[in-house]
Amino acid sequence: MSILEVNGITKAFGGVKALDDVSVTVEENTLLGIIGPNGSGKTTLVNTITGFVRPDTGSVLFKGRDVIGLPPYRITNMGIGRAFQMVKPFFHLPAFKNIIVPLASPRVRASSGGKYGDKDAVALDVLEEVGFERDSSVPYKTASVLPHGYLKRLELARLLALKSEIFILDELFSGLSIAEVTSIIPIIEKILLDGKTVVMVEHRLKELFRIADKVIVLNYGKKIKEGPPKEILEDEEVKKAYLGVEV
Amino acid sequence: MKENYRKERIARSIKARSDDIYALTSYREMWYLLFPRFIPIVGIAIVSYFLPLYWKKVAITTCIFAMLAVSWDFLSNCGLLSLGQALFFGIGSYTAGGLNHYLHLPIYVTIPVATVMGGFISTMILLPVVRLRGIYFAMVTLILPLMLMRLVEATKILGGTEGITGLSPFPNVWFEITLILAAMWASLFGLRRFIASDYGLIFVSMRDNDRATMASGINIYAFKAQALFIGSSICAFCGAFMTHSYQFTGMPVFAMEFSILPIAAAAIGGIGTLAGPLVGAMILVPLSEVLREFGTLRIVFYGLILVICVVALPEGIFHYASRKYNEMERWVKIE
Repeated sequence: MSILEVNGITKAFGGVKALDDVSVTVEENTLLGIIGPNGSGKTTLVNTITGFVRPDTGSVLFKGRDVIGLPPYRITNMGIGRAFQMVKPFFHLPAFKNIIVPLASPRVRASSGGKYGDKDAVALDVLEEVGFERDSSVPYKTASVLPHGYLKRLELARLLALKSEIFILDELFSGLSIAEVTSIIPIIEKILLDGKTVVMVEHRLKELFRIADKVIVLNYGKKIKEGPPKEILEDEEVKKAYLGVEV
Repeated sequence: MKENYRKERIARSIKARSDDIYALTSYREMWYLLFPRFIPIVGIAIVSYFLPLYWKKVAITTCIFAMLAVSWDFLSNCGLLSLGQALFFGIGSYTAGGLNHYLHLPIYVTIPVATVMGGFISTMILLPVVRLRGIYFAMVTLILPLMLMRLVEATKILGGTEGITGLSPFPNVWFEITLILAAMWASLFGLRRFIASDYGLIFVSMRDNDRATMASGINIYAFKAQALFIGSSICAFCGAFMTHSYQFTGMPVFAMEFSILPIAAAAIGGIGTLAGPLVGAMILVPLSEVLREFGTLRIVFYGLILVICVVALPEGIFHYASRKYNEMERWVKIE
């Protein structure tokens, strides 16, 4: 069953068409990869789905309901979680306090009795899930002093805290070492095991193709290919567009 | 080879011991927590009560500016950069003055009503622009008090250029000082406690990144409106208080100094702590009075001291002092 349907999205910034009639269907409990060269419209697509950008035409259906025109916080509360490519933690707050904010969202409060306060233990549980060592001082450190790898995990932790149904991860692996990526992949696999859906925008193809169920390729705002990772790898058009290899 | 040293900072163990309930384990721990709060409260109270009348008035003005500065810092903590504390102040002042003059309401009604109504009116005025961020929001808040000032001048409402005079005074100066001191400490400690709570955390999260707050499922516009109401109510109280203190309200209540001085106080006191701006105002306002005898040169010395403060301690007095109080420093040789 498809949980998210993107139908014919077009978005132009001035004269440039960032997205040109893009349609994507995301099946429930699968991992969809979105790849494409720089400037191909990947992040614009994510921004459109999460409400940060309003498309010129097209619709985005989440469980059959159109989310176009809704503000980002409403979309988040419906269950579409989004991690930013450029990490956006609350820099002057300790790491675990960063998680208190999503825990105070209407979505989470509705499932936990509608109260604010006393969320520290829950926040630490969530942080532990994404690899913050619970007994160390790391969860208590101010986000501004945390290394990049932890900030990426913090983005993931925000979506876990929100109990999102779709995790949209915008270049989660960018700027991470191979070791760090290898330690994050099990977290994503666990999210899938829990029955959630994941959409990943990625440049790290090797890691992505290992875990993705389906991959779509964008180029100049157009969807040029869609299919399982294996087919994508062998497709000549993709190689040409993405890797710049002459055929 | 030249030997290099670096400064190492270690949190005092007493800081950990005085956390939560552990503070009650000994007098030393209790005193450690009480000292920075108890001394200023008692000290300022004693000083204010025993000053000559003229300086009592200065103390009251100081407290008013301290509250404006605390409110400015609270708003900036919530990602709302305000250049228009005068807007909130003026609306509070005119509300109290109008209620007292036209409806003959007594002072103990006008001040509370002006506090709430002033906060409400200010929030309503700024609600359409709450979507603006950073400098764009600041520009709107800068221009609004100037507009209202000219509006009063042009339409001659609420006393026009002459203002409203002969308003009810406070029963006596003791009452006046007690009220403003209580209000000042209540707003400082109240807000500090508020932003440390889980609910207040949502407000301060908007400072770093309101897009991330939005992506956490929080309706940031609703929270910014609440922040505006809290911040502007404090300023409106100050306006109402000053109106009755001087028994006058008029166009000067929208003056730039009510917007600029709180920011200067926050800059030298330490932005983001709430207590810092209060310390800054405690220095700047009396200083400006002391420098009065220099006549025209007053603003020169005043500016000079301001520049020295900001250059010497860019982090602000409060940040510096709290670091010295909570941490030990030592020089360590770099291997």
